[in-house]
Amino acid sequence: MSAQPNIRGGDTRPIAFVSAQALRERMHEAVNDPHLRTSFRGAMDFLMAKRAAQFPDESELASLRTQSEGIRQYSLSKLPELLEQLEANLTRNGVQVHWAADPDEANAIMLGIARRHSAKTIVKGKSMVSEEIEFNHAMEAAGVEALESDMGEYIVQLAGEKPSHIIMPAIHKTKEQIARLFADKVPGVDYTDNVDALIQIGRQVLREKFEHADIGLSGVNFAVAETGTLCLVENEGNGRMCTTVPRVHMAITGIEKVVEKLEHVAPLFSILTRSATGQAVTTYFNMISGPRKPDEKDGPEEVHLILLDNGRSQAYADEQLRKTLQCIRCGACMNHCPVYTRIGGHAYGTTYPGPIGKIVSPHMMGLAQTHLLPTVSTLCGACGEVCPVKIPIPELLVRLRGEAQSAPHANPAMVGQGAGYSALASFVWRTWARIYARPANYRLFSWLASRFRMFAPSRQSGWTAARTPLKPAPRRLRDRVRDRR
Amino acid sequence: MSSPSNGPALPARTYPKRPAAVYFYATCLVDLFVPEAGMDAITLLEREGIRVIFPEGQSCCGQPAFSSGFPDEARKVAASQLDLFPEDYPIVVPSGSCAGMIRWHWEKIFADDPTLHARAAAVAARTFELAEFLLHVVGFQRRDEGEPIAVTLHTSCSARREMGTHLVGRELLARLGNVTLAHHDHESECCGFGGSFSLKHPDISTAMVSDKVAALKATGAREVVTADCGCLLNITKRAEKEDLDAGRAQPSLPGEHLATFLLRRTGGQVAERS
Repeated sequence: MSAQPNIRGGDTRPIAFVSAQALRERMHEAVNDPHLRTSFRGAMDFLMAKRAAQFPDESELASLRTQSEGIRQYSLSKLPELLEQLEANLTRNGVQVHWAADPDEANAIMLGIARRHSAKTIVKGKSMVSEEIEFNHAMEAAGVEALESDMGEYIVQLAGEKPSHIIMPAIHKTKEQIARLFADKVPGVDYTDNVDALIQIGRQVLREKFEHADIGLSGVNFAVAETGTLCLVENEGNGRMCTTVPRVHMAITGIEKVVEKLEHVAPLFSILTRSATGQAVTTYFNMISGPRKPDEKDGPEEVHLILLDNGRSQAYADEQLRKTLQCIRCGACMNHCPVYTRIGGHAYGTTYPGPIGKIVSPHMMGLAQTHLLPTVSTLCGACGEVCPVKIPIPELLVRLRGEAQSAPHANPAMVGQGAGYSALASFVWRTWARIYARPANYRLFSWLASRFRMFAPSRQSGWTAARTPLKPAPRRLRDRVRDRR
Repeated sequence: MSSPSNGPALPARTYPKRPAAVYFYATCLVDLFVPEAGMDAITLLEREGIRVIFPEGQSCCGQPAFSSGFPDEARKVAASQLDLFPEDYPIVVPSGSCAGMIRWHWEKIFADDPTLHARAAAVAARTFELAEFLLHVVGFQRRDEGEPIAVTLHTSCSARREMGTHLVGRELLARLGNVTLAHHDHESECCGFGGSFSLKHPDISTAMVSDKVAALKATGAREVVTADCGCLLNITKRAEKEDLDAGRAQPSLPGEHLATFLLRRTGGQVAERS
């Protein structure tokens, strides 16, 4: 049996619960790691304070959020035609546009480009979509070196790890760990935990790579349909190096990143940087409109854009789930999430961790592998409160819980629908409804619970691991109300 | 209407004039686990000259099933509650979480049934969390008869983000002359209850409630006050466990519902503890 059965079309094979167990184990380990707890708490506190300082005026924030939500929803409402317009205008600008349904297709397209140029080295700017498709592994397997040039990504790659945060990939690492890593892995480097010195070491390694790389890869923050422009937001300048120095530039992004007009970019850019890193503006904002023209002195000779679906069109097809695609990947939801703060990014086991990861990963990976993720939330609403484009994350988590629990039927909204179905849970809730929906049943049930309170178990599943047991009161409120009258 | 949990700026609510009577929707947790909080809330309202009607048919707002991914079961239970409020009186709920369910989510679960949807919307429009009702409708203003005391306040996430009443608790406490409110670290953070979350993910829930209890204790406040019994049970039962494990005889962090605290401070007779 395959690990991820596709039950679309009414296939009701039992689902393997292996990955749910793996998720539980990772979370257990993470939450009991005191070092991780302290470092994430500190880092998230810092980021929350930085963001808060950018929005001193609540009403300005409220109107900017409404505007940004509006732009994203408008863009999604016209997504098919905007994508066609984007393709036409990029093509006119000399950019080659490719469509990829899934990670394999995306990697094959990019490997094809690399082969055509006999590329040995690809230098990468920060791109979560490239993480999503496991680009580095695919290239490595084909004998092409893919080197991360964003400092955080570079550190994570050196350590053989994955990003633990979508904006700050190496946020889980201490200065000392990075110092040790550089001393061990970068040739000719002695141990130093001086941050400036560490950054200089990274810069020197990367400078050389930029010069010799055959291809530069980047992500895209906003793709503008009317002009055929790819916008890239970054702080280190490595994005500009990747997109201008090598002879070939490949950009990869999800199909949801398109907006119609240039004027739509400014508000999104502003709320993105303020929500993400608490910066009024980033150090670099790149607008890429095509390869080098005959009279230009620099820039790549070839520019490619790969537009990736990977489950996005599934989310798109459902009015409510479509809101998932409003995301501009700022990471504010994880910075403010009390669960993320306690388990860090790796525990999720998905490319995108935190609240956004819980609502987007089920579309990318199917519910069979991810059905437990939406349950890892108290629905406290902190994520929805800070989301710059007002994605109702708690509402979507509840929806996904329902999709995971429902018995599979013929036309599911999602691959893996019903993957979290449990006959026991289903029975429990049906029974609960029978009791609570009928006053006579409820009166009897609650009377029994109260009357036989001495039989309340002293061990109550997860509750008593950390708390004293719950015990019904000797007299219910309704009894006491009646007594008084 | 979409839920405002993507706040923070909630639309300002228009409050009715002080009514002759209200329906008291106690919630299942209060009925079975913290009845004294319900009694004290009723006494508080009656002392203000408001007749309190306790609909006998009340059970639960349906939230436990709704947030666990069982909307059909939630709908059945919620539908059984729609008949409980025939007169046009306000419905007062001593919990931000259950009030939020009624106010924002009932309309969603009845979206496919125009008749039930309209009735749910009408109920939602006159559903108020107890604290906001006391402040904005009753205009609660009583003399504080207690000794000077420092307390700390935990506001539930639903009160904060769905009902927009996170400042209401503070304001009510500020009206008590001898009460000092001690703010705690990470005050806006969830206590880790989350209903079935506390059973399904005990590790993370424990980490969250332990941090919350530590932050509350660090204020040095004599007790914690909250307007939500889910949070109240989560926090106080955790503190009790810590006391038990440490062999402490005196509770290090006693807690009570805001209704009880307000009543006791202002010379009212609080209900017998169970």
